[in-house]
Amino acid sequence: MDTNLDMPILAMKGISKTFPGVKALDNVNLSVRQGEIHALIGENGAGKSTLMKVLSGVYPHGSFEGDIRFRGEPVAFRGIADSERLGIIIIHQELALVPLLSITENLFLGNEQATRGVIDWDASTLRARELLRMVGLHDPPETLITDIGVGKQQLVEIAKALSKEVKLLILDEPTASLNESDSDALLDLLLQFKARGISSILISHKLNEIAKVADRVTILRDGTTVETLDCRDAAISQDRIIKGMVGRELSDRYPRRTTVPGEVLFEVKGWNADHPAHPGRRVVRDVNLTVRRGEVVGIAGLMGAGRTEFAMSLFGRSYGRNIRGQAFLNGREIDVSTISRAMENGLAYATEDRKQLGLVLDNDIRHNITLANLKGVAKRGVIDHEREIQVAEDFRRRLRIRCSGVLQEAVNLSGGNQQKVVLSKWLFADPQVLILDEPTRGIDVGAKYEIYTIINQLAAEGRGVVLISSEMPELLGVADRIYVMNAGEMVAEMPAAEASQEKIMRAIMRTGETLMSGEGPNMSAVS
Amino acid sequence: MSAEINLPARSTRQSVGRFVKSHMRDYGMLLSLVAIVLFFQYMTDGTLLQPLNLTNLVLQNSYIVIMALGMLLVIVAGHIDLSVGSVVAFIGALAAILMVRLHLDFVTTTLLCLMAGAAIGAVQGFWVAYLRIPSFIVTLAGMLVFRGLCLILLAGQSVGPFPVEFQRLSSGFIPDFLAMDVFNVGKFHITSLLLCGALAFALVVLNLATRRRRLAVGIEQEPLALFAVKNLALAAVLVYVGQLMASYRGLPNVLIIMSVLIALYGFVTRNSTVGRRVYALGGNEKAARLSGIDTRRLSFYTFVNMGVLAALAGLIFAARLNTATPKAGVSFELDVIAACFIGGASASGGVGRVTGAVIGAFIMGVMNNGMSILGIGIDWQQVIKGMVLLAAVTIDVYNKNKA
Repeated sequence: MDTNLDMPILAMKGISKTFPGVKALDNVNLSVRQGEIHALIGENGAGKSTLMKVLSGVYPHGSFEGDIRFRGEPVAFRGIADSERLGIIIIHQELALVPLLSITENLFLGNEQATRGVIDWDASTLRARELLRMVGLHDPPETLITDIGVGKQQLVEIAKALSKEVKLLILDEPTASLNESDSDALLDLLLQFKARGISSILISHKLNEIAKVADRVTILRDGTTVETLDCRDAAISQDRIIKGMVGRELSDRYPRRTTVPGEVLFEVKGWNADHPAHPGRRVVRDVNLTVRRGEVVGIAGLMGAGRTEFAMSLFGRSYGRNIRGQAFLNGREIDVSTISRAMENGLAYATEDRKQLGLVLDNDIRHNITLANLKGVAKRGVIDHEREIQVAEDFRRRLRIRCSGVLQEAVNLSGGNQQKVVLSKWLFADPQVLILDEPTRGIDVGAKYEIYTIINQLAAEGRGVVLISSEMPELLGVADRIYVMNAGEMVAEMPAAEASQEKIMRAIMRTGETLMSGEGPNMSAVS
Repeated sequence: MSAEINLPARSTRQSVGRFVKSHMRDYGMLLSLVAIVLFFQYMTDGTLLQPLNLTNLVLQNSYIVIMALGMLLVIVAGHIDLSVGSVVAFIGALAAILMVRLHLDFVTTTLLCLMAGAAIGAVQGFWVAYLRIPSFIVTLAGMLVFRGLCLILLAGQSVGPFPVEFQRLSSGFIPDFLAMDVFNVGKFHITSLLLCGALAFALVVLNLATRRRRLAVGIEQEPLALFAVKNLALAAVLVYVGQLMASYRGLPNVLIIMSVLIALYGFVTRNSTVGRRVYALGGNEKAARLSGIDTRRLSFYTFVNMGVLAALAGLIFAARLNTATPKAGVSFELDVIAACFIGGASASGGVGRVTGAVIGAFIMGVMNNGMSILGIGIDWQQVIKGMVLLAAVTIDVYNKNKA
């Protein structure tokens, strides 16, 4: 059975799934061969997650149309337990680990190494070590999940899948929150699994990853299968995949900008900040930065380089302690010691973590958009509801937020549209300088293009934009000038026209012996 | 302009049913209250809505309703306040000491007591907002502390009676400026009826104006028929209640205080920037903070506000009993919190309405009153109230998930 690599381990035929009022999937076909890495790709809302929920039994047999065959046998899952028993394991974007339990405890959660309800800890530890070795994780198994970074947590999830005798591993955007080296390690792991005959389905927005590991690519668009491409014989160009996803040629992935930067608008001098939990541990060190009127300034760096920490400590000391440094707007020193003062002085910061820090998810689009500038829709503390609706409607049209209306709750929007709501909020606050922290993380190509267009408009209006991004092509495509940050310091600065991915990486590596631990800013820092 | 308005109006006219269905959460509570009132009205052979009993119902529930207004803000902000029952007792005791022992006049006493309430709220709010101790724990401590302080103040005894002016706070009625015997039915409180009529008229006019503004910007979704029925019903109920009360002794002073507060807090929560910020704070504190909102100060003031309202409730309750007792306000906090949750507030913060909390308080009140008239013992009353609370929240959560 293992000998025939072309035999499909999974065949989904004619899958249709309807929600009240929406046809989420319409006659979708997906076939995964034994031992292949099959990429599933499509814009947000194309139906990838729904399809995987159908496959894993989240939507039980009978709630959709079509057939699923696994290893040649027709299957009818009533729940996740059924699909897991056959070795179909799905790892969701939001990891399902218990933070205050150890790696071992998490690995065997619900599947404890126990006899008659009594856990055998020795056996658990031994088995945990073995599993961790298979995924290349060298932390002691008694480490708490909360003490390891996201990248390692992902590895724990995969080890957990291995403990369940996985046959088909489904990864939903596994590298969305990983840095480059962790991403590479994860992709290598997938290749190893492939060598051992484990098939995987990889959902990803990152086309370079797909080019690297995928054998075949299935493209979904608007709930239907567009095509399945074979990458093994001839390399498929990224443009070819994008064309399939968006249904048109995206000739230029970065919109052209004609604005020429003017005089210096915003300047930061000698900025320092310490870690909030460890006083004395410097996470931002002597940072200087200038932004000109109408300029887009990029900040490149690995995860944990201190970019978010810098931006948040600058924005009203919302991160860190013992913060020192000066900020100038139009040559005049400004007070940025609290968030409201920073905002009054023309600063805005759109967070990288839109769900936790950017949006009030239970509130509707309208309330989210006006939150940072309620004065703009109120007179003497009384909100003008009609004006508020008009403001929200205006942004919905301008930024093309796809929703049923501005009264829709933010929680039900796709990632790209949520990001547009966050951007709307800060645009309505009318800042001089807008710091955008990973504004395109986890959103699809089409929405990215729209966000780049918005950035260009902001620059054209004479504002300054600081763009923090981990995607180097994006920085190269959008920014006028790029700073490179590493270990809390600005280690290089170059005009985008002269920059390249190699140059940026070299700047990082040159200083890179003292890499900091790969954590983002702690949540508690913001509370 | 007309073209823009006509389109949504026409499409919604066909869908009264669908609109009601999608807004079942909003109407559900009100309908439950109506159903409960009708049920007890039938079971008690009409005693429930007799003028005397209706007046009593308002008097008995006024302090719960008033505290529910503050509690709603506390819960929406993502906190809880367990101390309000003890604060009621403590403020009652303080008022008794000030008036009965120290012979202060009632205006000074009232002011001092409200300030004491603010101070209590400020202390608890400081612990919650600035020292970041969970409100459950801070106010649990407050519940013990103020009950104890109340016992100390009163030395374990009841203190009373109060001066007559103070008693009027609870047992007084508004004066009848137009006293005359028009209907030949003996005493009939014309001013009260007129006041209710005027209020009904004002509310309908206000609702019409709001609807017109919303239509102008194309955001009105409520079908016209439903709007008309709702407003007619509202006006009818107000006039009917006014007529009932007028035929007894008119509107109680407390009802006026309560109505003004309900209107004020309704306005603040829906229309003010402060109110909006409280919802954002409860919905996602970090996002609210990063949007420039001083979340700590906001939390602090929700507790100060709660303290003042608890003090007011304490005064009203003491005035009603005409004595301050160490046992005053026991388990009030539970009734107040239950009112908010029955009214649709979310235990995790960010969600809840003033109208919901008021309806919730009246659902509890009508059940207390109705079951007492029926002679159901306090034991079974508790069982039934507990189950109603659970059922109400379950149905609300179920409706929310379905929507």
